[in-house]
Amino acid sequence: MIKSKKHIVLKTENLSIGYQQKKHQKIIAENINVSLEKGKFIALAGKNGIGKSTLLRTISKVQNPLKGIIFLNEKNLKEYTNKELSTVLSLVLTERLPESQLTVFELVALGRQPHTNWIDKLSEEDLEKINWAIELTEIDHLKENRFYELSDGQLQRVLIARALAQDTEIIILDEPTAHLDIHHTFKVFSLLKKLVETTQKTIIISTHEINLAIQLVDEFILLSDKSFTQGTTAQLIAENAFSTLFPSEIINFNTTLQQFVINKN
Amino acid sequence: MVLFFINISLGSVSIPTDEIFSILFGGNSTKESWETIILNFRLPKAITAILVGSGLSISGLLMQTLFRNPLAGPFVLGISSGASLGVALLILGSSIFGGILTTFAFSNWSLAMASSLGAFLVLSAVIIAANRVRNTMSILIIGLMFGSLTSAVISVLAYFSQAEQIQQYMFWSFGSLGNLTWSEIAVFAIIYSIGILGTFSVIKPLNSFLLGENYAKSLGINIKKSRNIILLITSILTGVITAFAGPIAFIGLAVPHIAKLVFTTSNHKILLPAVAIIGGIVLLICDAIAQLPTSEFTLPINAITSLFGAPIVIWLLIRKKKIFI
Repeated sequence: MIKSKKHIVLKTENLSIGYQQKKHQKIIAENINVSLEKGKFIALAGKNGIGKSTLLRTISKVQNPLKGIIFLNEKNLKEYTNKELSTVLSLVLTERLPESQLTVFELVALGRQPHTNWIDKLSEEDLEKINWAIELTEIDHLKENRFYELSDGQLQRVLIARALAQDTEIIILDEPTAHLDIHHTFKVFSLLKKLVETTQKTIIISTHEINLAIQLVDEFILLSDKSFTQGTTAQLIAENAFSTLFPSEIINFNTTLQQFVINKN
Repeated sequence: MVLFFINISLGSVSIPTDEIFSILFGGNSTKESWETIILNFRLPKAITAILVGSGLSISGLLMQTLFRNPLAGPFVLGISSGASLGVALLILGSSIFGGILTTFAFSNWSLAMASSLGAFLVLSAVIIAANRVRNTMSILIIGLMFGSLTSAVISVLAYFSQAEQIQQYMFWSFGSLGNLTWSEIAVFAIIYSIGILGTFSVIKPLNSFLLGENYAKSLGINIKKSRNIILLITSILTGVITAFAGPIAFIGLAVPHIAKLVFTTSNHKILLPAVAIIGGIVLLICDAIAQLPTSEFTLPINAITSLFGAPIVIWLLIRKKKIFI
């Protein structure tokens, strides 16, 4: 990788996330200060309910922050219109798609919407990007299938292809490997790794597959009850930061194995 | 085109085919009464059938996509009932309140306005409720509740009205494709075209809604604006159709499903025209059936659409098993 000045694509300042309920705020996490570099594969880890999804939803403007500012390419996220944001940031969400008869190709092509004209006509460039995304994610043989016929692993790759076709600097994926077996989990992770390396996109995921992620991602953002920590994988292992993620009575982080292991006693 | 012609050729007075041709293409007919029947009754009726059929079907498709629910349609969501309430207030209300209302109560313009306004009000109420609950099942139930609410208000109005007005309202509620003069059709067609033109502007949002609202938003769609445009189009179309042709059931819900099953696509660039064409055809057929059984009478179109349509949809669904938004 080129050792030049750090190119920060996304930065948060004193960010508080959570939900606005009528009069009072339900704060899930506060004072989050992270800065994410271009061309990095970043994983967000923490136990269930700690606010991973909320953080991802907040930095992708699906929901508003309670406090603090998010800078996307040095511009306040608040000032982005949906339209502008759609050319910088794309999403892969956990929610189930409504049951329609879209084919895989059509679904991937929807990713081009921010770039198409008012009647959604695909230009040469659009088709190029779509085919490129389909090739990279190895779903060419599924092109004409309806998306509801796919297995979870295939569908996940299709959704990643859709985000790729959108051609944005940043791709955010909320638990892309939920429901996947170990083989397909690994397949998705290595696909994302490959994408970061070949396209210099910034990919941010939330995941529970920490043992696997440690081997592949560049950086972690660890969310725990009191705090958050950001750092490169090696740094965090050295600081033994992973051990703060979960209560230690059942599993512990083993620094030599670089894995979480079950307590032996 | 063929159906359009068959539709025109059917009626309580039988007219030879070659005569119809010459009348339609500007020639003269041997009987002047035939010319009047064709040009002033059957042709307007066939055109109305196409406008009503395609308009209701498009409204249904828009609602199904917007709510991402295959059960949505102008009827289920209480929009048609809203339009009925508007008309009921106008026709029945005029007998209760009398005075100024009576003077313009029966012009088609005011009917169209009352009906559109009614449709829009109920739809807005459903939307406000929908924004609070999110769950699509609840939205449907809320729509149904608004439907029964408006029916209840209509019943109360009817109770205090005179028999003459009630009868007039009843006739309106049977649905009718006839009785429209050329100038009324012109008005109808203008408002209809405004609605149809509007749908072109929402093709992109409609397709992205197929992925759900969060994805649509991340694709740069202004959710609120698109949703409001879709609702506005639906209430304009449903409102004007209900005003001129009465509350016609079944078409809005069923035709989109027929189109989705026949064309096996969810792409609105194909579905919108498909739904419009099939909607027009279905209503032309229903209208032809309404005239067939006895040559003397024409059955209420509303009964035919449900009577013949519902079994077809049930059969289609049983055969294909799966249902899509």
